[in-house]
Amino acid sequence: MSAQHAPAATTSRWGGGNEPMRAEYGKLMMWFFLISDALTFSGFLTAYGFMRFKFEQSWPVAEAVFTHFPGVEGDQPLLYVALMTFILIMSSVTMVLAVNAGHEKKQGAVAWWMLATIIGGAIFLGSQAWEWYHFIQGDKGAIELADTRILKVADSDGHVLSFSQMVHGEAGHASNHDEEFNQSDVFAAFKANPNWKLIEPGKAGTVYEHAEAMALLGQGAGIVQGANMHRNEYGHKLFANFFFFITGFHGFHVFSGVVFNFILFYNVLLGTYERRDHYGMVEKIGLYWHFVDLVWVFVFTFFYLV
Amino acid sequence: MAAEAHAHDHAHDHEHHDHPAPNFWNTYVFSTDHKMISKQFLVTGMFMGIVGVFMSMLFRLQLAWPEKKFAILEYFLGKWAPDGVMDPNMYLALVTIHGTIMVFFVLTAGLSGTFSNLLIPLQIGARDMASGFLNMLSYWFFFASSVIMIASLFVETGPASGGWTIYPPLSALPQAMPGSGAGMTLWLISMTLFIVSSLLGSLNYIVTVLNLRTKGMSMTRLPLTIWAFLVTAILGVLSFPVLVSAVLLLMFDRMLGTSFYLSDIYMAGEALHYQGGSPVLYEHLFWFLGHPEVYIILLPALGITSEVIATNSRKPIFGYRAMVTSILAIAFLSFIVWGHHMFVTGMNPFLGSVFTFTTLLIAIPSAVKAFNYMTTLWKGNLQLTPAMLFSIGLVSTFVSGGLTGIILGDSALDINVHDTYFVVAHFHIVMGLSAIFGLFAGVYHWFPKMYGRMMNKKLGYAHFWITFVSAYGVFFPMHFLGLAAVPRRYYTNAEFGMFDNLQDINVLITMFAILGGIAQLLFLFNFFYSMFRGPKASQNPWKSNTLEWTTPVEHIHGNWPGEIPEVHRWAYDYSKPGLSEDFAPQSLPIQDGEEETGH
Repeated sequence: MSAQHAPAATTSRWGGGNEPMRAEYGKLMMWFFLISDALTFSGFLTAYGFMRFKFEQSWPVAEAVFTHFPGVEGDQPLLYVALMTFILIMSSVTMVLAVNAGHEKKQGAVAWWMLATIIGGAIFLGSQAWEWYHFIQGDKGAIELADTRILKVADSDGHVLSFSQMVHGEAGHASNHDEEFNQSDVFAAFKANPNWKLIEPGKAGTVYEHAEAMALLGQGAGIVQGANMHRNEYGHKLFANFFFFITGFHGFHVFSGVVFNFILFYNVLLGTYERRDHYGMVEKIGLYWHFVDLVWVFVFTFFYLV
Repeated sequence: MAAEAHAHDHAHDHEHHDHPAPNFWNTYVFSTDHKMISKQFLVTGMFMGIVGVFMSMLFRLQLAWPEKKFAILEYFLGKWAPDGVMDPNMYLALVTIHGTIMVFFVLTAGLSGTFSNLLIPLQIGARDMASGFLNMLSYWFFFASSVIMIASLFVETGPASGGWTIYPPLSALPQAMPGSGAGMTLWLISMTLFIVSSLLGSLNYIVTVLNLRTKGMSMTRLPLTIWAFLVTAILGVLSFPVLVSAVLLLMFDRMLGTSFYLSDIYMAGEALHYQGGSPVLYEHLFWFLGHPEVYIILLPALGITSEVIATNSRKPIFGYRAMVTSILAIAFLSFIVWGHHMFVTGMNPFLGSVFTFTTLLIAIPSAVKAFNYMTTLWKGNLQLTPAMLFSIGLVSTFVSGGLTGIILGDSALDINVHDTYFVVAHFHIVMGLSAIFGLFAGVYHWFPKMYGRMMNKKLGYAHFWITFVSAYGVFFPMHFLGLAAVPRRYYTNAEFGMFDNLQDINVLITMFAILGGIAQLLFLFNFFYSMFRGPKASQNPWKSNTLEWTTPVEHIHGNWPGEIPEVHRWAYDYSKPGLSEDFAPQSLPIQDGEEETGH
């Protein structure tokens, strides 16, 4: 009776009685969750962008901050973070291979690629911990003026000197490592070298020649080593605040992802998805994992590259 | 048979396990059935509503008679009202928690949680939500969040007192004022849980509407309620995460000493270490949620109104496509107007004029909705049920509150009345009253569906008229206070001589507030009495077209005993010429010789 009257809408994709986006509900939920999560990250990155723009002059330059590479002496700007990024992106590739193996119902291959993904994620997390450790511990140390500006000590050629080099001379290291210095030693060393000067890190790069610098040191200046929520030897405080917060929040996502991946890996070994006859869960968590990767690309771009 | 049909239709293969035998716990407490979860949201929302309204009555007493002693204040507030005079900190706390509870717990979770849960599966023709388990979690996160918010009222230093918008530094420095301490911490924890609840609920609503519509239920045949709930859920998914950003940064400032929102602060003559942050950053992040939140509250009420007005006018809704388009337009615009809350933050006047422009654009889709309601009512065969009265009341408040929105949306005018009672009047009428009226309309209209019994009509009329009159009695005079520059959130204006002759208005407002508050007892009595003693409802008491009225009166798991009905027409075939009845359920096939209504 109604068949000849049925309008085109009822048979079309959006006409009801089917899945218009050709995706079951769990996968759609994951997509919408990721959109939501993307907005949280956007909130953070926008806040970061505004603050960085506001304090453009004293914002640290990433190449001068992240210079360590495990087991290598000397400055290796951004080399390690590039490696971390590469590893995380490779873990996305292995995730794709796991999803693909899932489509072909190859239990063993899924398990192996999941394991590779877990290892990639774990290496990334470990690397992040290592990088945080060095960031917190500090590199060369800095002078903090009474008005809270951060200044670096440089020699006559404009090379930034570490406290270690200032105080120990030739025997010193380019990085302070975990040696703690006291203010009077650092100030005394500065006073004894009339060709040393103070320069402001970041875009401003203001240079204070020795006489002027000595006057500044006399007005209640102190020294800073390392970075935490309250102080930051690399430049503006908010740089450290945002660094800890955003990479921490991202790291928390990676950590959750590794946990999810591990649960999946375990279930793959148990054969849960074989019995279910599809590897939909791998696909859903795969979406999440790629998202975490994509977010890192943005974090990497905004914190390290630009 | 029901269980069998259920198993057949169930698209989710991994949920194939047999349902455990029903018992008290899985029926009334940890239920995954959307109808029960909807009732849980409603009752919890009502409880929170009682708390929130009662708080407003307490602080209205203070505003009307600032010096007077009230034994009732000391009875309820204890040490916070020594000798019956309210402590200023408690006044600020009450205003803050009243706002928080009404905005989030009553009008977001109580309204959207109740009716999205009840109506989405029933009106689109689904056995249940896409994920019953996540739906249950959504309620329990909401419940935990409510418990923590209520618990925060009882901490030693008092609940959060920095206003429901919790601007830093009051919210970021635990030592700033008594309410900034443990009360503020609990507020933040509670809201975090609330956001999780909202996210889980919204994800479920969206995918259910997308994936589980019955055969023939195309997007253009969806009842307007469902459109409203769908767009509300999308707004929630897009705006709450930005509140998460704001709140997490705030928590770091509070607990770990970061400087995101704080700079150059001196406390008790001592400089704090915070440097470089900006409280205006918080305001931007907050209002990026805050403004869409207004529509998260309002859209479900508007959707309910569309349904109730069309049914009770016995007429098709006027301009279905215009209604859908205006919902979408309002949702889109709500994301680009947040700056109108911040005209006095030192914003660049040019940016202010951009926000003025986008804000005033919202008047267009809003007016489309208001006119469509009126044209639907026009020459209708009006059935003045209590639900219909509340819906018409909503149209009234939506218009009268919307008009002051045009004034406040204009930066040049807003600066004069910013943070005065004019603003309080505006948002209470356009958002508070409209949404509450939508909530009441929904309860009166769908009570037969929820509880299988009818509510008492006479009590409903009394409830409506007293509420309606006292609501305008409370909020209309506030416009005058605002135009006379009386600031909002002040404990007392006794220090300002210029406001002395306005004090009578405050007394009048308080009297109406007490009257309106007491009138809600009529509703509560009606609600709980009818739940057990009301006359049994017939299957389709309002002769409505939507699918929920094709389900049996007694709730069953899976909603329809047999096959899910197929849909053959839109939801608004009322009084269609050529049909034997003045309504045509969506499941009724197109009759011989009948043309499908084009819309």
